[in-house]
Amino acid sequence: MITYIIRRLLAAVVLLFIVSAAVFAIFYLVPRVVGATPETLATRYVGRAATPETVNLIAHKLGFYDPIWVQYGRWVKGIFLGSEYDYGSGTEHCPAPCFGYSFITRQPVWPDLLDRLPVTLSLAVGAALLWAFFGVSTGVISALRRGSLLDRAAMTVSLAGVSMPIFFTGLIGLLVFSYKLGWTASGGSYTPFTENPADWFYALLLPWIVLAFQFSAQYARLTRAGMLETLGEDYIRTARAKGLPESAVNVRHGLRAALTPLLTIFGLDFGLLLGGAVLTEQVFSLPGLGKYAVDAITNNDLPKVLGVTMMAALFVVVANLIVDLLYAVVDPRVRIS
Amino acid sequence: MIQRTRVLVAATAALALGLTAACGGGKDDSSSGSSAKAEFNAALDKVFNPSEKKGGTIRLANSGDWDTLDPGETYYGYSWDFLRLYGRSLLTFKASPGAAGNELTPDLAEGLGETNDNGKTWTYKLRKGVKFEDGTEVKSADVKYAVLRSIDKATFPNGPAYFEQFLNLPAGYKGPYKSKGVNTDQAISTPDDSTIVFHLKQAFGGFDYMAALPQTVPVPQAKDTAAKYKEHVVSTGPYMFDQNNLGKNFSLKRNPNWSAETDPFRKALPDRFEVSLNVNADDIDNRLLSGDLDIDVVGTGVQPATLGRVVGDPTAKAGTDNPNQSRLWYTSIVGTVKPFDNIDCRKAVQYAADRTGYQTAYGGPLAGGDIASTVMPPTIPGYQKFDLYPAGPDNTGDVAKAKEALAACGQPNGFSTNIAYRAERPKEKATAESLQQSLARVGIKLTLKPFPQGDYFSQYAGNPPYVKANNLGLVLNGWGADWNDGFGYLSQIVDSRVIRETGGSSNASVRDPDVDKLLDAAVGNTDAKAREAQWGAIDKKVMEDAFILPGVYAKALLIRPKKLTNVYVNPAYNMYDYVALGVA
Amino acid sequence: MAAEPFLEVKDLKISFPTDDGLVKSVDGLSFRLERGKTLGIVGESGSGKSVTSLGILGLHNKRNAQVSGQIWLDGEELVSAAPETVRALRGAKMAMIFQDPLSSMHPFYSIGHQIIEAYRVHHRVSKQVARKHAIDMLGRVGIPQPARRVDDYPHQFSGGMRQRAMIAMALVNDPQLLIADEPTTALDVTVQAQILDLMHNLQEEFNSALIVITHDLGVVAELADEVLVMYGGRCIEYGTARTIFEEPEHPYTWGLLGSMPRIDRPNLDRLVPIPGLPPSLINLPSGCAFHPRCAYEPRTGGLGTTLTPELTVAGRPGHLVRCHLPTAERQRIWREEVKPKLEAQ
Repeated sequence: MITYIIRRLLAAVVLLFIVSAAVFAIFYLVPRVVGATPETLATRYVGRAATPETVNLIAHKLGFYDPIWVQYGRWVKGIFLGSEYDYGSGTEHCPAPCFGYSFITRQPVWPDLLDRLPVTLSLAVGAALLWAFFGVSTGVISALRRGSLLDRAAMTVSLAGVSMPIFFTGLIGLLVFSYKLGWTASGGSYTPFTENPADWFYALLLPWIVLAFQFSAQYARLTRAGMLETLGEDYIRTARAKGLPESAVNVRHGLRAALTPLLTIFGLDFGLLLGGAVLTEQVFSLPGLGKYAVDAITNNDLPKVLGVTMMAALFVVVANLIVDLLYAVVDPRVRIS
Repeated sequence: MIQRTRVLVAATAALALGLTAACGGGKDDSSSGSSAKAEFNAALDKVFNPSEKKGGTIRLANSGDWDTLDPGETYYGYSWDFLRLYGRSLLTFKASPGAAGNELTPDLAEGLGETNDNGKTWTYKLRKGVKFEDGTEVKSADVKYAVLRSIDKATFPNGPAYFEQFLNLPAGYKGPYKSKGVNTDQAISTPDDSTIVFHLKQAFGGFDYMAALPQTVPVPQAKDTAAKYKEHVVSTGPYMFDQNNLGKNFSLKRNPNWSAETDPFRKALPDRFEVSLNVNADDIDNRLLSGDLDIDVVGTGVQPATLGRVVGDPTAKAGTDNPNQSRLWYTSIVGTVKPFDNIDCRKAVQYAADRTGYQTAYGGPLAGGDIASTVMPPTIPGYQKFDLYPAGPDNTGDVAKAKEALAACGQPNGFSTNIAYRAERPKEKATAESLQQSLARVGIKLTLKPFPQGDYFSQYAGNPPYVKANNLGLVLNGWGADWNDGFGYLSQIVDSRVIRETGGSSNASVRDPDVDKLLDAAVGNTDAKAREAQWGAIDKKVMEDAFILPGVYAKALLIRPKKLTNVYVNPAYNMYDYVALGVA
Repeated sequence: MAAEPFLEVKDLKISFPTDDGLVKSVDGLSFRLERGKTLGIVGESGSGKSVTSLGILGLHNKRNAQVSGQIWLDGEELVSAAPETVRALRGAKMAMIFQDPLSSMHPFYSIGHQIIEAYRVHHRVSKQVARKHAIDMLGRVGIPQPARRVDDYPHQFSGGMRQRAMIAMALVNDPQLLIADEPTTALDVTVQAQILDLMHNLQEEFNSALIVITHDLGVVAELADEVLVMYGGRCIEYGTARTIFEEPEHPYTWGLLGSMPRIDRPNLDRLVPIPGLPPSLINLPSGCAFHPRCAYEPRTGGLGTTLTPELTVAGRPGHLVRCHLPTAERQRIWREEVKPKLEAQ
């Protein structure tokens, strides 16, 4: 078991290296291959009408004249050993893990990531609780009342939920609940939990609901399908034949089995969300990792893109591992060796 | 170039003076009336909702990050407008609507610059009693230091580069961080604590505009942390930083060491300013319309989705203003690509182009702007209205004249060429398609060539060898003034000497030695009025050369803040004057 | 007047409405069973035997099944009883052993857990007591080291062991009626024999009534006192095991006997399957439901295709057969045509 975990973690590290190299290549190697020079790369980071001397200075400062593997090596080295940054009138030490300095804001990336993680974490955990509860309960009720008006209504609503994108439901939600009715906070009003829990809750309420709505819809459908399949299993008939009350049959025997495959999907969804709920954060202007990633890509800010990608990849890998371990606990047929 | 308009500083004391003189008025803000009725453009040329009431908080939002709060590096018009709340440059633009807002007025200095040698040396006297937020008095050395540090382009690569271009700096000078202890008196001298003298390499008649750049906002050397200074800028204005969370939000509170006695124009009505960064652009519009937010600080106008809602609703439209942007959307006609080496072929494009189609592609008169026929927009002093290539009564092009020009060019049946545009910009794509249609009427066949905007000028449309090799005969382009004056607007787009073989210049087509000579003559002229006439002549010359097909004088549709007082568009920035605002 | 039988099924009808029509799985079935006796219900898949057993336990969903007729268990009528009443009997007074115990046991719960659960539904005892009882039961059905294996999961048991555990689970509440649905189908031959022995012994020990449902006459031969042969949802022959095996009168039963693998006839590839397919339960063939597959149908003089035969007393009292052929003719065919052929195999 322990060796299994270690092996998986080592594989994760290798994967993270591959991901980082790929992102690096997309931002540096590809433009160089199609003809960009260090100077053309540097022009993205200087003002308009900058002189060739300025462009040259910046290309040097950002290390664009070095071969790509040297640049990549410098980045990797920073993660393990830290690095130095020249901010003009002196140098600043960026301790390990140093994901480099942003070309645009000239701030170290790592503190930014740590700063934004709680936002995404708050969003993801709150939404996950909501959708796990509402999605699963709706799915169960639908499955048990299959074909009823309730079932059809729930499935119609959830079809809408699955098919409507966040930037639609989110903006409509803001318009109606925030600007027209004034029940929820407007976009961009995030307050850290540690500062004011009430404001934190108020600001996240609508994002939670909007994000959870989409996932609930998906989970309701999955739960319903899983429940229907499970309720047709032989062991459910056995449970009834033992004289178990209907509720015990549905919950202890039916739901338990129906939820197991959902656990995998949940773990992956949650892991992905921790890497940044891009659309939700964008719509509600939440300063989380997803918004950070979008802004970084828009601004061509490679160190930020690399940092946030690493973070997201790490979450997905870890979520995967946890799901696998958890699966072994839930389903005794799965043996981890 | 980033889509947000960079610096639209306006100016031209001279023109403003001329205008007011013509009206027979004094130097008072006689042109600026006041208004309280909410109607379309109610805050364009007059003060909307005037009030002297103090207190309250103004809430602003920016759909992106602030370019930088450091006065030495900031290069966006909205930032220059906002910066006056916490920083005082030597000169600035008058806090006034209408033409008076284009006037330069002393801020940190006591008066405008003085020159005794026809514009090679400029002297400014500082006001007494102006203090930093910590209570220490501002000295001329602090201004000198601020200007010199902005020259360090390794540290501040995004800032304007005018000072290093004009100041008589020691050879190889790299700013106070790298070139420690170098005597720089040959560039800037400070004979006493309240006098600062700028020594230029060449005469520059419009130096007062440079004295109005935020780079002259004083920086105390002891508190300077170079690239990190933006984390805590030391204020000289009525407000200072309270909180500053880079990339997320910041707030300003009152600066106890600012005194209204040293400041002739800042009313400093509200108690606080709160700015959110990286806010969803559509959300900003919704919040402005609901009154949940006061100002979209970037000031470039509403999103396309909002535009439809506002235009269709008279009540909503009455809550908007539609100022000029001191920006021209145009098409470069590249003379190095055959057959555009022949002027008549360039003229054929001028005649054949559908100007109305160009305007429609940019969103029509409200969101796009007015149909253009010159290089300089009307907001630039020296602008003269003329149209060398009339495009017919409905502005859709003169096909007959275009065919004549083609015949004169020796291409009576037309020819084929390519048109470059930025792939990320739907408006440029629409423009390219419109031109494709209208030019096809005379046999000029265009092939659309989209390029990524990040490398548009450096690698493709602004890279002369690439342009020539790939027959990019037409290049979609656009330019906004650094400040509202001929030099601030024209120098980067019509001077052939800024074109570099390695790429990166915004001037994609104008190569005329006569134009270069005219520019040099105008720059050295200290007679403002004569200088303006020279800018106008340059505009005409470029149009005669037919190197530029003007498209649209850009306009923006701004949502007027509902709960604020003293709202007006300052023509120097083409957006609301952030220094004048108060809370109702 | 004889005492009421322990179990009496009267005119039981079970059908399922579907988009294609009403599926009449059981159509007018009646039989009786006393304590200590074993009834074998035989038939091909789809003949209605499993549906009958689930019907007795009240396991059909009211929303998709229509059940009519009467089921009397120890003086109580179950078809019209409240669902809660039937639930309280289920697992306690009547229990069921399902086929394929791998899919019939919950994969996520240990064997012990599932037996304990079954016990505690009907007995208000602590988990410890129930656990002891479960271990005891596992021991009685022949699971070695039951105290250790009680915490194993179904997938950790062999097929035979699982079937034993299934039996233990069914017997944990000392049911008086036990229904075994294909109890040995999934098992290999030697294990089959062990399980049959076990069931036989346990039945004697508990003196319960046992219904064995199977398509395998060999199982019936081992266990049953009486045999009910089903075809197309109806009983087509009923009699004591001895009668059915030695003097069967229905051509379908003859076919079943012909397809029966027997230990004394190891040459399995000489099995004679009944030609044709089981009938559609939505549209039963006209006349005798078996006539399309019946080799003797021409001898009925056309009755077979037009008139549905009644279940009538055949050669012996208590021997019922649903067939148009005259009794004497059937006995003759068995004696002279079918039996010799079977013995020759």
